[in-house]
Amino acid sequence: MQLAPEDITAIRLSLQIALTATLLSLPLGFAVAWLLSFKTFRGKILLEVFINLPLTLPPVVIGYFLLLMLGRHGWLGSLLNSAGIELIFTWKAAVIASATVGFPLLVRSIRLGMDSINRQLIQAAESLGSSWFDTLLTVILPLSLKGILAGSSLMFARSLGEFGATIIVAGNIPGLTQTIPLAIYDYASSPSSTQMALSLCLVSVAISVVVLFIHEYLTGTVEKRGES
Amino acid sequence: MRLRIEAEKQLGNFHFSINADITDKRIGIFGESGSGKSTLVHMLSGHLQPDQGEIFLDDDCIFSSSRALNLRPRHRRVGLVFQKPSLFPHISVSRNLFYGYRRCRTEHRKVTPDELITVLKLEGLLERGVRNLSGGEKQRVALARAVLASPRLLLMDEPLSALDDGLRFQIIPYLKSVTEQFGIPYIFISHSVVEMQLMTNRILTLQSGRLSQETTPDQLARKTMARSQRGYVNLLELDGATSKGGLFAYRWGEGQLLISDGNSRSSALFELSSRDIILFQKHPEAISARNLLECRVKETFSADNRVGIVLCSGNSQLVAEIVRKAADEMQIKAGATVFAAIKASSFRRLI
Repeated sequence: MQLAPEDITAIRLSLQIALTATLLSLPLGFAVAWLLSFKTFRGKILLEVFINLPLTLPPVVIGYFLLLMLGRHGWLGSLLNSAGIELIFTWKAAVIASATVGFPLLVRSIRLGMDSINRQLIQAAESLGSSWFDTLLTVILPLSLKGILAGSSLMFARSLGEFGATIIVAGNIPGLTQTIPLAIYDYASSPSSTQMALSLCLVSVAISVVVLFIHEYLTGTVEKRGES
Repeated sequence: MRLRIEAEKQLGNFHFSINADITDKRIGIFGESGSGKSTLVHMLSGHLQPDQGEIFLDDDCIFSSSRALNLRPRHRRVGLVFQKPSLFPHISVSRNLFYGYRRCRTEHRKVTPDELITVLKLEGLLERGVRNLSGGEKQRVALARAVLASPRLLLMDEPLSALDDGLRFQIIPYLKSVTEQFGIPYIFISHSVVEMQLMTNRILTLQSGRLSQETTPDQLARKTMARSQRGYVNLLELDGATSKGGLFAYRWGEGQLLISDGNSRSSALFELSSRDIILFQKHPEAISARNLLECRVKETFSADNRVGIVLCSGNSQLVAEIVRKAADEMQIKAGATVFAAIKASSFRRLI
């Protein structure tokens, strides 16, 4: 296995971007999933379509929209720019791209977990004197843990493999915004770098296997609750 | 406990409307599936808001559309026990039990956990996970959890219907003893007449989303006698059994009852269908039934094409059921003496 110093940086950056995107998306993903699972309101279908749109759009299209929005002349980009915040072609832009693409996977998994919660448990908690927030923390959150774990794993894995949207908004700058898929893409373009590309592919496989193992372990631990 | 409710709710094509004022500590709500029992439960617990009306528990208004008042479920102090024991699956039995207790204000607490745990025999279950409990254990834990929150009213929404017969009647003494011992009034919802007879004093019967009548368990059993598969179910709580020719002999009225499936160690609850009693005008010469009771007819009542005969012996009574033609032929009237034959195997031990 051959890994150049830039490859090590790409691996570190990939993990950093995937982890940041997942952790930042979790609270919002949980809130949106809760809204979709427990609430009935006007425009719910519109919200569902909007949340799930990135699943059906080509990542390049998402990247392009993000570029339009976050670019210097975009409505959000110009605002951020005036505050001295530059996002485009930084690793933070890659985080936003990964978060956008992976968000529906996170929401769907958490929502599935929430949908499976017996509504009588919520009623029981309320009748036992629990407030809305108390019920959220002591009943809904712990019973959604499997969905949260599944969604986080999926989103983390999806973020690790993010390519199309990332290359548009973050570019492919070695040592700065180049992630594993972008580095593999670079190596694959040059016939002499097959060995380097393969090494990074193996690293990708190894990371994915570790993520899946952690997911299985944590899910098993969650499932064992309530048994003794 | 006094419950005053005047409420209406439109749920799709189903219109629910009720107007009742009932005072008792053991109230029953009886009705077939789709009659609106669950709608009423959810209105009382605060999980369903009526379109209009008012609900009072004792003198406290918990809902009033005119005053735009709708007390949240957690402020109503109305406990819930569901058909399927809704225990929190991610925490232990002990943490389930104390979920409501910890959230109950100190001045409202009227149940001592240790005492309740003893009454419900939960000592051995406390550290167990709820997934490993049997159906009956789960329902006992669910009951204890609701009672530990010291509710001013306990709503039991068909708490026995998910259990098989054996477990069902094992749970009933727990339900009764807990609510009696800790002085918690309850509303018991069921479509079982026997459960109503065992658990309630006053009953609201619902039909197609409306209150059809307010009645007593006995009146309900009489009214449903002809339609019910087992007729009028006589419930007999007997104790002090002695052994007699391979059967259990219990004192009943001025005589005794011989029962196949008795229990000599403790008191037992038996059910006897009104249709398992055969009446004779005169003492029969020889019959195979082990019980032949000389009874006085206290009263008769009609239910469709059948006649219920209330038989007395001393202070005890049984209801027998015969078709109208037989009643006419035998000319059974109040005050008459008849002989009732019952097979020893006709008594079914519930507890």
